[in-house]
Order: sequence, then C-alpha cells, then structure tokens
Amino acid sequence: MSAVRVLVGTKKGGFILSSDGKRQKWNVSGPHFSGWEIYHMKGSPVDPNRIFCSQTSGWFGQVIQRSDDGGKTWTTPGSNPEDLKSPDGMPKGESNKFVYETEPPHGKPLTTHQWYDGTQHAWEFKRVWHVEPSLTDPDTVYAGVEDAALFRSTDGGKSWQELAGLRGHGTGPKWSPGAGGMGLHSIVQDPTNPNRMYIAISAAGAFRTDDGGKNWKAINRGLKSPYLPEPTPEIGFCVHRIAMHPSRPNVVYMQLHQGGGIYRSDNAGDLWQEVNGNLPTDFGFPIDVHAHEASTIYSVPMDPYMRVPPEGKLRVYRSKTGGNEWEPLTAGLPQENCYINVLRDAMAVDSLDKCGVYFGTSGGQVYCSPDSGDSWQPIVRDLPYVLSVEVQTLS
Amino acid sequence: MTPTQTATIRVVLPFHLRVLAKIAGEVQVEVQPPITQRSVLDALEARYPMLRGTIRDYGTQRRRDFLRLYACELDLSHESPDTPLPEAVAQGKEPYLVIGAIAGG
Repeated sequence: MSAVRVLVGTKKGGFILSSDGKRQKWNVSGPHFSGWEIYHMKGSPVDPNRIFCSQTSGWFGQVIQRSDDGGKTWTTPGSNPEDLKSPDGMPKGESNKFVYETEPPHGKPLTTHQWYDGTQHAWEFKRVWHVEPSLTDPDTVYAGVEDAALFRSTDGGKSWQELAGLRGHGTGPKWSPGAGGMGLHSIVQDPTNPNRMYIAISAAGAFRTDDGGKNWKAINRGLKSPYLPEPTPEIGFCVHRIAMHPSRPNVVYMQLHQGGGIYRSDNAGDLWQEVNGNLPTDFGFPIDVHAHEASTIYSVPMDPYMRVPPEGKLRVYRSKTGGNEWEPLTAGLPQENCYINVLRDAMAVDSLDKCGVYFGTSGGQVYCSPDSGDSWQPIVRDLPYVLSVEVQTLS
Repeated sequence: MTPTQTATIRVVLPFHLRVLAKIAGEVQVEVQPPITQRSVLDALEARYPMLRGTIRDYGTQRRRDFLRLYACELDLSHESPDTPLPEAVAQGKEPYLVIGAIAGG
C-alpha cells in the first residue's frame, strides 16, 4: 500500500503530515522542535526513514536534527552518549558546526563579499536554508547556507565540511545579499552524473559543478534583470528557485526575480530562455516539475510588489509544454481575498500515479492536489508561517 | 577547593536550550579551575554537545547576540570570557545564568 509523508517546516516548528495513497485523510504530527524555525526537512531517497532537519533560531543559532525512524524520534547527530567522546575525551559530534573554509587545500582564501553599500563584508554564517540528502548514500547530505556556501556531511550530519570551490569562484567577492539575505537555497543533483550538481544563490545566481563540487561555473547566460547595471553580467541574479526532472537532467527550470520570471535551459544551464508566456506576473518563488511528465511544470505567480496572489486569487499555474503556455489551476483554492505568499522551498511533488502536488503558505495552509493540480484541498489550515514543504512517497 | 580540584557549577539555561539538551531544570557541571565563563561553557558543551554553537558562535566563540550572561545580579555579557566568575558561583552557591533576550514573536 503506497503512502505519502509531507514534511512541513514552519516559523514555529516542524510538522509531518501522513496519508495513504489516496491522499484524502491525513494524520498530523507536531510541532516538532516547537518554537524554533524549521527552515527545511528532507528525507533520504536511499533510506526514506532517515530525515534531515534544519532547526534554527535567531537566539540560539543552527541545529541539525536527524531522524532514522521517519520522524518519530530525532537526535542531533553525533551527540548520543556512545558518540560523545573521542580518545582525548572531547566531544566529537559537531553537527552544529558550520565554519567556512579559508585556507587551502579545501578552500581558497576568500573572506569577503559585497555588502549592500558596495563595500566588502566578511562572510558570516547565519543558518541552513536547505538540506539535500544524497541520491545514493544515506550518510551523505548537502546543506545550503546563509551567507551563501555549500557544505557536505558524509557521516550522517555529525560533521560538515564546506565545498569551498563554490565560494572561491572568482566572482565570490561580487556576490551580494538580496533583501532576504544571501542564501544558497537550491541544490539539484543530476541522477545520471554524480559529479554534476546545480545550486542557486540569492542574489548571486546559478552555478554548476561537473567535478563533484571542486570547481564551479556560473550559469546565468540568457537571464535578464532590469535591476542590474550591466545588461548581461556573469552573476548578480536573484534566482528564487531551480528545478529539474530526473529523466531529463539537462533541462533545468528557474524562477527568477521580477523582471525575469520563468526560464528554461535545455543545455544544463549554459543558456536560458524566458518562458513566461501568458503568466499573469513574472514574480513568484517556487517552481517544480511533475513527477512523470518532464515538461509539466508548476508556478505560483505573485504580485511582484505586494508578493501576494494577483487580484487576491490563489492560482497555481501549470504548463505542459515546459513553459510559455500556462493554465491556471483554481479548483479548491480561494479565489477572493487571499493575500498569502508561497516561499521558494514550499512546493513539492510526490511520485504516485496520479502525481500529487503540494504547497504551503505564509498563512499556515498546506494544500494538496492528488490529481496533478486539477483540484486542491487543504490538508491543514492553521499552521504557523510555512517555510518549506517536502514530500516522501512511501511504498 | 584547591586549585586542581574540580568545582560543581550550577547553570541555568533558557527553555529552548533545556529542551534541546533534554535537561529538566538547573544543570550542574564539573569544571576544572580557573572558574571562568569560558571554562564553564566549555564544560557545559563537553557534556551536552548539542549546545555547541547555540550560546557561543562556532567560528568566533563570541556570545550570540540575543543571549545575555548573568550571575550574582551582575551582567557578565561583556566581560572577558577569561575573567574569574564570582566566588559564589565557583562555590556552587549561586547559578550562572544564560538568558535569552526577551524580544521577537
């Protein structure tokens, strides 16, 4: 019997929503880590009961939690009593330690980036925005952090090392934060090539590695932003999200900031083309791809100035042609007086047949469509502000 | 207490850190002299590794901005981490307090 588990991160804790494959009746578990911001939770594709969680707080900093039983119990990796002591008696669990590399051989000596006023500013770790478990190894997981950098753990989250070739990209000193900070929010692995990975940073742009994270290439050619002084800069784009279908890893979709909109690349990010078509606005945060149709994509357009649904109507837009031709999906969604937002990490799809589509809102609703977007129903209505939504399809 | 004897130091943590460390109420840690904020926090983190990075920044070891450190009705937040703590703390008569700033939603 198939089932789904939806992992919801909110500003006041994490929630786990479970259902059978019909996706009509739901069990709600939580809040987990009550009172903390849960930026993101995601399960390992190799071991679905292993879930990584970014728990963060302006007061107390960053904590990484891990569950090995599908979210029933959690631990900070490396802090179990049997893990505590190294031969010299000191703790060896360092699951909360995210320290930037500054020296060879791991890193390049890069210590500053561009600040709002144009001056150089030291990199300062603030939080983990996104955790991305490896496609092949349950002990390997990536973390995208603010200030923008990519970390990797190969011991199940006990310790973290920066893949500093990214931040050491020659453009690093020109990266600058957007209004929401300078976060690395998208991590997309190529299932056919373990050395290839895409990431995206606000407001630096998209990057790709083809050698397992040692070296990175800025992949922003073809993107447009009227807010940048140069017409075609190498970096500086406020990418909101990138997505890919595993069957076509050279096709990458992007939601860019206003003035840009939805883009598609058919050559692994080397060149992008704008595919806004008939969308009501070019602004939004998430973008996702249907589990079984590689050219079917979803977007939630927002008014670019208020960052709420245009005309107060919450509409998911679906394109079955990889962009340009879009249809609004409204059945079951509020079509008046709706002024919520949907953040970049707050949309996900399951891999059941029919594909389920999920998104969470700033108003605390988590919506599910069990029929690829044709109709929607709220799973919950009154959670705290939703920061992220992921879904696991369980057999 | 001779200079080499460990001291039992009482520490009071804010609610969220007690939950994180699975601590109920006040915690006591054994600390090797000198009894300073640094040595107390080192001992606390050694016993509860999940607290590492939550009171002091991992990279800089500086107190996190929204936490304050008190003892014996004194604000020690801006004191050097190597300044000896008050004798009443070192003798276990008074607790060392880690306080979350009361702000935000």
